[in-house]
Amino acid sequence: MKKKNMTSMERVLTTLSHNEPDRVPLFLLLTMHGAKELGISIQEYFSKAENVFEGQIRLQEKYNSDCFYPFFYAPIEVEAFGSEVIFREDGPPNAGNPIIKNFGDIKNLKTPRINETKVLHKVLKSIELLKEKSKGTIPIIGVAVSPFSLPVMQLGFENYFDLMYFHKDLFNHLMKINETFCIHWANAQLEAGATAICYFDPVSSPTLIPKELYFETGYQVAKRTISKIKGPTATHFASGSCLSIANLLPETGTAVVGVSVQEDLSALKQAFKNKLTVLGNLNGIEMRRWTSDEASNIVRDTIHKAARGGGFILSDNHGEIPFQVQDKTLSAIADAVREFGTYPIAE
Amino acid sequence: MDTRSMTSRHLENALLTLDDELAENIVFESVKGESPVKTAGNLISDALKRIGDSWENGQLSLSQVYMSGVICEKIIDKILPPQSPGRRNQPKTAIAVFEDFHLLGKRIVYSTLRASGIELMDLGGGLTSEKIVSIVKKEEIKILLISVLMLPSALRIKELKRQLAHVDVKIVVGGAPFRFDDELWKEINADYYGKDSSEALEIVNKLMETGG
Repeated sequence: MKKKNMTSMERVLTTLSHNEPDRVPLFLLLTMHGAKELGISIQEYFSKAENVFEGQIRLQEKYNSDCFYPFFYAPIEVEAFGSEVIFREDGPPNAGNPIIKNFGDIKNLKTPRINETKVLHKVLKSIELLKEKSKGTIPIIGVAVSPFSLPVMQLGFENYFDLMYFHKDLFNHLMKINETFCIHWANAQLEAGATAICYFDPVSSPTLIPKELYFETGYQVAKRTISKIKGPTATHFASGSCLSIANLLPETGTAVVGVSVQEDLSALKQAFKNKLTVLGNLNGIEMRRWTSDEASNIVRDTIHKAARGGGFILSDNHGEIPFQVQDKTLSAIADAVREFGTYPIAE
Repeated sequence: MDTRSMTSRHLENALLTLDDELAENIVFESVKGESPVKTAGNLISDALKRIGDSWENGQLSLSQVYMSGVICEKIIDKILPPQSPGRRNQPKTAIAVFEDFHLLGKRIVYSTLRASGIELMDLGGGLTSEKIVSIVKKEEIKILLISVLMLPSALRIKELKRQLAHVDVKIVVGGAPFRFDDELWKEINADYYGKDSSEALEIVNKLMETGG
């Protein structure tokens, strides 16, 4: 029997409780496409809260996505620490030179205060505007980079591995600073109106560090941090694997896990069944050259692998759809969710 | 298992437990019985290849690949210093991160190649196509390895390749965007794609054998 149409919020809450909503929720995690909608550069787009608000409204209306995603860009958090951000015309900005030039700088690093950091105010304002407009019918997803993954932008990958392996005291000191920042930043977004926080933690993925090291480090950081975030979190590995740490993730207190296209989606769904909602796992890189038919077929297959029983949100596998993905492909994905994602899912 | 395979496994274990002293002892023992060049090309190369393959099939993580490469690079610098005539440095080879600033992939490939006895130029990161074209011409580089993390950077290699159309240089690409789209390296007209440091080493070895 066909279920009554739900609002996006009802749809998402139902799937998070591991029940089947009216159809599979779709999180089209579009950021830079808002600049395209407004006909301005990516740099100009992210210079004002009002631009991101307007971009998110237009994108949600165009594709009927089940969330707003007022994520600006990952380096905004190191920008808050004083780092430079380098914009480009055709993709997300990069962090400039690391703010921590040598390990000694860690001792002098100060946690930025959210209310004194202008760049973060833009994000909070865009969330407030979206909250006012949506009146609670569409989830607003805030973003906080995990304290454990932020050092990649603070001191570079190579130095971070050295710190993690050989300088435990300084590593712990940096985690304290980053945990304080992450908790305040996530809670500020929740207070501004975000429904949930996407906790980006790619370094915790077994793609990047061994499971044993994760248990000693990223796992402990996640447990401490997530327990102090006053709202639901989705842990996202930004295309990294997570199946081999599936038993540990629910213990971090997270509610959702963003999974990679490079792991078996059916196995992931089974591993997290009735524990965590699975978010994923369309390949954003390949998506750039999908035809509408390919997009439709891939969405159908993805839904068939993971949607039954709820506990599933269709999304890309990285947490941000590349700027190069065309509108017609996004429309084909949105149409396919409506065609193949209505519960009960057809055999 | 023959003695060489056992030694190589022994080295692999030492690398994965970050026991640089033991790894160094194993290598030093090996060079008592054969030339440093052979040890680099066989023993060290084999151990790093297996570690790279284990990452590829999900058994190891990238941090282990990275740490192993760095340890081996330090050891090889002792038995086969950079200016040593035993180092393979022809045809001239270089590695760069194109446009973006994510240096880890480059560092892993650089370490793996150097630990295998190959001498190559490290051009750094954040390089524009104009800068790379200028260096390739000036230094007469014949094999150019390009690492990227961002999709837009990967796509712009096509323009770099166009600018190098009349220059005798082979472009070998690698990095995350290529790992998520098997067709991408062909789309941007790269000459070769190495999905990891082991494949990059195989490609460079072949190109060196055939003169580029």
